[in-house]
Amino acid sequence: MATRHALFAVLELAAQPERQMSAAEIAVKYGISPNHLAKVLRTLGREGFVEAVRGVGGGYRFAGNAKRTNLLDIIRIFEPVGSLEADELADDNTSEGLALRRVLKEIDDTARATLSSISLDTMLKLVSRMPRKAAAS
Amino acid sequence: MNSMILANSRPMPEPEFMIRPATEKDVDKVIQLDTQLTGMHKPEYWREKFEAYGRRSDEHFFLVATRGNDFLGFIIGEVRAWEFGSPPCGWIFTIAVDPAQRLEGVGSSLFDAVCDRFRKAKVTKIRTMLARTDQLVMSFFRSQGMMAGPFTELEMEVDA
Repeated sequence: MATRHALFAVLELAAQPERQMSAAEIAVKYGISPNHLAKVLRTLGREGFVEAVRGVGGGYRFAGNAKRTNLLDIIRIFEPVGSLEADELADDNTSEGLALRRVLKEIDDTARATLSSISLDTMLKLVSRMPRKAAAS
Repeated sequence: MNSMILANSRPMPEPEFMIRPATEKDVDKVIQLDTQLTGMHKPEYWREKFEAYGRRSDEHFFLVATRGNDFLGFIIGEVRAWEFGSPPCGWIFTIAVDPAQRLEGVGSSLFDAVCDRFRKAKVTKIRTMLARTDQLVMSFFRSQGMMAGPFTELEMEVDA
């Protein structure tokens, strides 16, 4: 859940880097909990992807580089990516365990390659190609 | 494997470089750039590729980017058909840009130019295949709009 909120938030803020938005504004657009989103934004702030703007009309602003930040950079802040299942099998040295670990590694490698190859800039291009209705729902 | 549907040509700012078909004089520069990027010197491979792709213009495209006497990069593609039932599609199997000339749109211009050739060859889908670990080139193709396609690359070791 936090990961999805974080991705929505960085995409929303990166789309207009000069604009600042409150957690409440972002939460309304995506129909998510503003309290939960506020926590996620604080975490993103600690990681340097967004910055808090204080004062009247304050909020959050994108502080990263949309061409240099990929989806994996954001996701790995909130959850482990890949190797978790493989780690759980690490003590299983049966032939079946080794074979299963190999298959899971193939899935993990593909997931990591996909997420690390899609920058926020590329995602924003993809968003712009989506039908307006779907993008808004 | 990445693939995309060809859209209309995107408006691009006028580049300060030229995209043109490769000539025999470009081959040494291709070899030099590839050696710089891969650490593997394979002159015979590139000379064979020029013979196979550089001397034909129907469904085989070997394009280079140059600015004056500077060699900026190259791309090679071809039309492939009916591999495991796949209708004709444009295959890009090499793209390289001089690291000192990146972030100027050279790669995008090479990509657009080969897409134009595919479009003229009546091909509306393009594909490529690259190492999962090659994040730089994977990100480049993604930024051009390519997504994972319906084919999966498989491999195995065979006994010598």
